[in-house]
Amino acid sequence: MNDLLRRYGKGLTWTFIGLTFFWLIILVVLPDFKLLESSFRPYLPVTEVGGPKDVYSFGNYLQIFGNEVDFNFFGLHFPLAARIKVFVLTIFYSGVVTLITFILAYPLSFYLAKVVSPKSLPTLFLLLFVPLWVSEVLRSFAWYIILTLKGPLNVFLMTIGVISKEIRWIDGYSPVVVTLVYAYVLFMLFPLYNAMQSLDSNQIEAADDLGAPWWRIHWRVILPHAKPGIASGAVMVFMLSAGSLLVPAIINSTTGNWFTQTIQGIMLEGQDWNAGAAFAFMLLLFCTIAVSVAMRVFRVSLSDIAK
Amino acid sequence: MQINRKFLGHLYMVLFLVYLLVPLAVMSGAAFNASKLPTVIPWKGWTDQWFIALYHDNRIWVAVRNTVLVAIAVVIIAVPVGAAGAILVNSISGRVRAVLYGMMVAPILVPGVVIGISTLLFWHQFSVGSGLHLSVLGQVSYIASFVMLLVLARLQSFDQGLEEAALDLGASHGQVMRRILLPHLYPALGAGAAISFFQSIENFNVTLFTRGGADTLTVYVFSKVRSGITPTINALALLLIMVTLVLAVIYEINRRNKARLEAAREAEGRRAEDAEMVAS
Amino acid sequence: MSAGIDLDNVCCDFGKFRAVDHVNVNIQPGEFFSFLGPSGCGKTTILRMISGFTEPTEGVIRIGGKDVRGQRPNQRPTALIFQNLALFPLMPIWENIAFGLEVRGVPKAKRRERAEELLALVDLHDSADKMVSQLSGGQKQRVAIARALAVEPAVMLLDEPLSALDLKLRQHMRAELRAIQKRTGVTFIYITHDQGEALAMSDRVGVMSQGRLQQVANPRDIYNNPVNGFVASFVGENNIFAGDVQNAADGMASFATSTGTFRARLPGAAGKLYVRPEHMILQSTPGAENSVPVTLTEVAFEGNFISVHAVTDSGKTMVAELRNDGSATIPAAGTQMHMAFDARNAAILPDSATAGA
Repeated sequence: MNDLLRRYGKGLTWTFIGLTFFWLIILVVLPDFKLLESSFRPYLPVTEVGGPKDVYSFGNYLQIFGNEVDFNFFGLHFPLAARIKVFVLTIFYSGVVTLITFILAYPLSFYLAKVVSPKSLPTLFLLLFVPLWVSEVLRSFAWYIILTLKGPLNVFLMTIGVISKEIRWIDGYSPVVVTLVYAYVLFMLFPLYNAMQSLDSNQIEAADDLGAPWWRIHWRVILPHAKPGIASGAVMVFMLSAGSLLVPAIINSTTGNWFTQTIQGIMLEGQDWNAGAAFAFMLLLFCTIAVSVAMRVFRVSLSDIAK
Repeated sequence: MQINRKFLGHLYMVLFLVYLLVPLAVMSGAAFNASKLPTVIPWKGWTDQWFIALYHDNRIWVAVRNTVLVAIAVVIIAVPVGAAGAILVNSISGRVRAVLYGMMVAPILVPGVVIGISTLLFWHQFSVGSGLHLSVLGQVSYIASFVMLLVLARLQSFDQGLEEAALDLGASHGQVMRRILLPHLYPALGAGAAISFFQSIENFNVTLFTRGGADTLTVYVFSKVRSGITPTINALALLLIMVTLVLAVIYEINRRNKARLEAAREAEGRRAEDAEMVAS
Repeated sequence: MSAGIDLDNVCCDFGKFRAVDHVNVNIQPGEFFSFLGPSGCGKTTILRMISGFTEPTEGVIRIGGKDVRGQRPNQRPTALIFQNLALFPLMPIWENIAFGLEVRGVPKAKRRERAEELLALVDLHDSADKMVSQLSGGQKQRVAIARALAVEPAVMLLDEPLSALDLKLRQHMRAELRAIQKRTGVTFIYITHDQGEALAMSDRVGVMSQGRLQQVANPRDIYNNPVNGFVASFVGENNIFAGDVQNAADGMASFATSTGTFRARLPGAAGKLYVRPEHMILQSTPGAENSVPVTLTEVAFEGNFISVHAVTDSGKTMVAELRNDGSATIPAAGTQMHMAFDARNAAILPDSATAGA
């Protein structure tokens, strides 16, 4: 504080503090408290808001139960509430997306960091950045076009004779996963690349020189070094996937519902803002837990992830 | 063996770029296909009808205008707010710093749905109705985090001695800010403004819940996909891709020129250094 | 326009640590004064207190007779040259130099004119529109000096500004700094840990250790008549003998050590005996007084002098430095010889100034 005053003087210091207060308190903290507070309120007609029926309860949270459906998880059948099922599947498939993006991005980031000549890097990065310059809604839309029943993929496969009848690609969770992977793979690639780039190439050569096979070099030298990058990329992709509304909504696979779509239904179609708040808060709580667990497991700090 | 593995690497790189770029090509190509559905196969002949339709589609242009206005507002608020946060975090230490930093980074990881709903509910209690002004506030809450990270990174390469030198030469705190610190931060502020602008244009989740009845581009495209699409959207997409690509290339050329200029200056500095060693 | 500086019982604490401890010194207007000491001795804190970036915990600082406590750096008639120079990398050279004028509202044409004048003063013509990165280390040094001079300070404060330069260039810049100081007549306060720099440039030197000023004197006296062992050791090499004072009279004394009993000066309190290596005489026959038989262990030819290490019968190592006058024969290691020194060149000194002294 004294340091601040000495460096910037009274006027500027209070300007900085005021702007930061506006951001963190007015735009972030207070709205989240309001979200929590609203989530315990019942859904009432406008005239009854503040009346005797307007008391706090867990009613909104309990809405996640009920409407039991059959849940088939790797051959295991058991009954489960429909909304819990969507919640669980959203998390599961977000994990799948994260894993696939990692598998796709790992070899490429190694290639960029250690194999390709540094001269061609700027050009390669410019090309890699092209999809990022293109809006997410358009990228999702591109896959929607590709995957539709009369779309290019089916026509192409039929023309070369791989399939004889059009396949309904937009069914279940696979099209959502495919599109999410496409949308977010670069968020895995760049942190991985940054982490690997900082690895001293001599370490790899030393391991090679000591006779380690390539997979062992990766497992023992490169992978541990890239750990903060993996954590950063994984957290980013997982959060973006679990919180994505655009991709599942555009793909619009009726048998592949995302939890964000449930919230959207309650908020905009049901107009029950308090129940929406409860569901949004569940998502926020889950994300907070997921990030903290990831930080513990990978032993990284928030500043590593934020890179 | 070594050559082989290198070749596999190049092959993978090419395949990956194809994977990234083909969907965009498919989408752009559909803008010129005479088919009523947005697709490239079957090809029903060249047409410019979708661009003409786009030109006459007033709702799209209203959405474009809204999007740009929101993005400009977000830049105007998020850049100073994020920069102030970064300067604050940079000049304190210890526990308070860790807590503040955590609070500033966290919004990046909060799902947009949550930000949208909480912003809506919070302002609603003060009878501030939904509309694009709420979209701006909701977007700023997490976009300012990106600005903060960029400015903080730049601040870490700042020599605090420069501030002291300026103060010592008689500058006021305001003059130090304007002549010394801000010029050092300009690249980060510029990058922050660009990222804020694009993040705002990109935004869907926050906007969807806070927009009221107004359209932005993402929301409009989304509603079109739902209610039956014509390749007008593809025409729009192609235009957007072209604009952003041109901007990206200009930015890159500009950056390279500056880097070259700076490299030339440093080379001159080294030559002067060598000359001095001989002379002294 | 140059001003004197009085430090009156100045102390500075950082938490429990006392960085500067009761420092008293009067620096004359137009003087070149150096604070010399190892890192962490408090010399930089003194500089920051004079410039206004740090406030003293106790004591008074006067610049030109006026108490400056509470004045901010930009209100004091001082200009600081930073260790890393702190030139503004995004401004061309002339704007760097004219920055102090710019913030005082001097019109642009006038600023430019003054910048050119100062560039000429520091011997840097045709560099006004270059950027900082285009200059060499020595040129940057001159720009920093010109920038500080532009605000016409009464006092210039220099925080080890030569430490980033190569040895040869550093020696060249010493003469230059000294010349600029004489030309401008501004009071220079110079901070350094390099005794060569301090002795070569200064009118007076203040040697510091652990926050305390040990001795203030002109360079000759600092080197030839150090007041204590710390000063003697910090400004040069010594042969040091522990022992006891016997028969002290008229500033001279006999000093009994395990190597023998020597005559030496006794300027103040008792302590150890210090003799500089260049005051050691090496001869084949025993001297009249202060002479010890030794065996040479190592003889190193260093160019302008010859460094001789020897050991006495009692096992004490002694060092002598012989001037290379071009004709002297260089003795070989293993030779038996005698080392002697003049009593006037040896002093019995206490370790260092004790607290409260």
